[in-house]
Amino acid sequence: MTATPVLSVRNLVVEIPTRHGVLRPVDAVSYDIHAGEILGVVGESGAGKSMTGNAVIGLLDPPARIVSGQILLSGQPVHTLRGDALRRLRGKRMGMIFQDPLTSLNPLLTVGDQLTETILEHLDVSPSEARKRAIAALEEVGIPAARDRIDSYPHEFSGGMRQRVVIALALCAEPDLVIADEPTTALDVSVQAQIIALLKRLCRDRGVAVMLVTHDMGVIAEAADRVAVMYAGRLAELGPVREVLTDAHHPYTAGLMASTPLASQGHRRLRQIPGAMPRLGNLPPGCAFSPRCDHVQDRCRHDPSPTLDTCDGRAACWFPLRSQKDNTPEHDQEAEA
Amino acid sequence: MADTSSDIRPTRLRRAWNSDIAWSFRHAPVAMVSTLVVVVLILGAVLAPLVAPHDPFNPATLNLMNGFTPPGVANQFTGDFFVLGTDDQGRDVFSTILYGMRISLFVGFSAVLLAMVLGVTLGLLAGYAGGWTETIIMRIADVQLTFPAILVAMLIFGIAKGITPPEYRDQMAIWVLILAIGLSDWVQFARVVRGATLVEKNKEYVQAARLIGRTPFAIMLRHILPNVLNPVLVIATISLALAIIAEATLSFLGVGAPPTKPSLGTLIRIGQEFMFSGEWWILFFPAATLLALALSINLLGDWLRDALNPRLR
Amino acid sequence: MSAIIRIEHLTRIFDVSKPWLNRLIERAPRALLTAVSDVSFEIEENSVYALVGESGSGKSTIGKIIVGLVPPSQGSVLIEGVDLATESDAAKIDAVRADIQMIFQDPYASLNPRWRVRDIIAEPVAARGGATTGLAEKLLEQVGLSAADAGKYPHEFSGGQRQRICIARALASGPKIIVCDEPTSALDVSVQSQVLNLMSDLREELGLTYLFISHDLTVVHHMADRIGVLYLGRLVEEAPRDTLFADPKHPYTQMLFDAAPRMDAFGREVDPPKGEIPDAINPPSGCAFHPRCPLAIDRCSRERPEMRRLGDTRVACHLAE
Repeated sequence: MTATPVLSVRNLVVEIPTRHGVLRPVDAVSYDIHAGEILGVVGESGAGKSMTGNAVIGLLDPPARIVSGQILLSGQPVHTLRGDALRRLRGKRMGMIFQDPLTSLNPLLTVGDQLTETILEHLDVSPSEARKRAIAALEEVGIPAARDRIDSYPHEFSGGMRQRVVIALALCAEPDLVIADEPTTALDVSVQAQIIALLKRLCRDRGVAVMLVTHDMGVIAEAADRVAVMYAGRLAELGPVREVLTDAHHPYTAGLMASTPLASQGHRRLRQIPGAMPRLGNLPPGCAFSPRCDHVQDRCRHDPSPTLDTCDGRAACWFPLRSQKDNTPEHDQEAEA
Repeated sequence: MADTSSDIRPTRLRRAWNSDIAWSFRHAPVAMVSTLVVVVLILGAVLAPLVAPHDPFNPATLNLMNGFTPPGVANQFTGDFFVLGTDDQGRDVFSTILYGMRISLFVGFSAVLLAMVLGVTLGLLAGYAGGWTETIIMRIADVQLTFPAILVAMLIFGIAKGITPPEYRDQMAIWVLILAIGLSDWVQFARVVRGATLVEKNKEYVQAARLIGRTPFAIMLRHILPNVLNPVLVIATISLALAIIAEATLSFLGVGAPPTKPSLGTLIRIGQEFMFSGEWWILFFPAATLLALALSINLLGDWLRDALNPRLR
Repeated sequence: MSAIIRIEHLTRIFDVSKPWLNRLIERAPRALLTAVSDVSFEIEENSVYALVGESGSGKSTIGKIIVGLVPPSQGSVLIEGVDLATESDAAKIDAVRADIQMIFQDPYASLNPRWRVRDIIAEPVAARGGATTGLAEKLLEQVGLSAADAGKYPHEFSGGQRQRICIARALASGPKIIVCDEPTSALDVSVQSQVLNLMSDLREELGLTYLFISHDLTVVHHMADRIGVLYLGRLVEEAPRDTLFADPKHPYTQMLFDAAPRMDAFGREVDPPKGEIPDAINPPSGCAFHPRCPLAIDRCSRERPEMRRLGDTRVACHLAE
């Protein structure tokens, strides 16, 4: 792809100074998202996936801060922006969808007020035009009878409808990039399917770049075009979703896939990764995954894992798993062992 | 987030020093200064018989000629010297303050203890039992909140005074004060504990205890109580300051500690009679001590609240 | 094999009305939420029975009724032939209480933060006055932790380790049945597999029976022998695992299976299910699923379908065949 990516993150490092030392929840992370593409960011809790999204949109909670690296929005650096400039950019060119639709809407304002306010803030239109656009936005996200419901308050909507309103709100100023942080985690399976389908449709129709942060591999498989797997603040693997999920190069991704109970496996014992992800304040020397990795070699215990730029571009691993022709992840594992 | 993954188990003292609360304390100058002030004042009060230069309540050692000696100046008749001056009867103000603080602190601590025991018990009961128990306890609390605490205290004080024989009144005064302040102060303990209990009782560890077959009493005492004590500690600290002030107010109004056993409030009442005749120190030093004591305890309470609040960490 | 738990016509109604003063002033009627409505099923000894459903399906309420945390409004729960709600013999109640334990969803809330792990694990035995020496240490090793962990506090453990401690506590009284309420949904995938494997191993070693409550179809498929599907407090379908996944009879089960994200469905374009779960205070008439059902006919909105037996499957649908 030669076009300038909508979002380009280069060697991003986020640090949190604490009394126990400096933590690095995001460590040398680089990736691009192009127009009309959904990048899934997946990882376990504490892997740094939400922190990456917050850093991009400029919502890091102090004392967390970006210490190095670049965030480029259509080629323009945004990590240097502060205050008003950042705020304008955040609504206009980047939208955010949070996990909990109830707390991301103001309970005291009607959804119409919140939508028109956002539109007037970022687009040069008249108030009546803004209201028209707000209704159109609600219709687009599939809210029935949008014209009647625009003056309702958030609590008058159900959970799924509320998340649709949040999506309308994130998209109404026509941003280039949307960051969706666990947008379906609080929702039921049937509603989750609706929201995922909606996100995919909007992304495709409008050519919006989407960063979809989730812990759910199933959601990633269905929605994302490419996937970034994070572990202990670093990118473990980055690539097209089908290749990464069926033919993992990083032992962590492979282990993660094998430990997910697949419907086809039945009563077999699950493969398990021993131990748990280390706390950020207590990372092992060398590769952070080395104590849990069954392919670990001496070098992994001493040298920090390579970044994606310095190795084959798929897996940040000194000894990436070789490609297998067979497509089932558990087979891949056994063949490798 | 304490680092607990290391295998070396540090000593108890070491752990306490490294704990979050100790760390927060070492990084809060206000808390450290407040603690210093409180500790010095409490030590002064407790050790009053040892540190006070005079015994202000022993008539044998009093010399009326020493009356109205200004602070830091030798008395013009006797040549005696008093750091903070003397009052109309020649009592050393510094010593009366030390002895007065004993009364103030004793009343404050006892009243808070009473309010705490009462409030925590009723709050736990209301929160855990729910239903009518809760309604009755909390409505009583609501009604009591509609009266100013000092009014409630005065009411209790008045009733107690009516039913005690006059010869015991001075002896009883302190205990009546404790009762009055304690009873007017339990509501906030009850409210906070009830709120915290409502949160805790729906947590799964309480359900686990219920399904084991633990009695409600055991669950309240052993499971819920230890987990609602943090806010109680904060309120107790701030209540202590309020109780000391309430005691001073009651004594100032003349319904508190008797002049034979003056508390800081009684001293202030005595002092204010001389304020406009130029003997400012008789009022000023007891008042300043009360201010320093109450302010330090309050600041300590504020710090404790922040330090114990996981969301502010 | 015989049924160790028999649930008959179980109904639970919660009063979610506002306080009476508010009702009086606002003239609002009493609001009754039917969390569980006429549910009957049996759990065989030494099997894993799973209840699946979305929020408001009543699956957690059924679990709480079975262990005795919530009393039923109607119907009965027989555990080894004893009904906890009506039994008067204290010795029998105590015996059943020791035989049934529960593992909760949130490993952070289910351990008292002020207690040492040793006391937490031994509590079910200590509460009955039993001997607890060495018990916690033995159980900790059984669930894959070390005996030295007994002296620590819960905050010193990760989520997965805490869930192991919860399992150890559930095992302390030597139970036959464990009700697992979403035991792994708060855990990360790699830790979830450890806990699921541990639970499978313990079941084989100790001959346990599990009631496994979950919303996650992949986990249920991995663990269960028999599965009951709940919708709005009603059991809509029940079948052995393989039968259910191969041939779901109820339109809701079919919808649920279609909607669940699949790891091997790259870029799948699903036609997402229509509508949302209705309000349990005012459920739809007849079959609760009829407003969302693609097959619904007139009869569905009038008449609540009875449970019917179709081969190995029991299904509550007028049209299923």
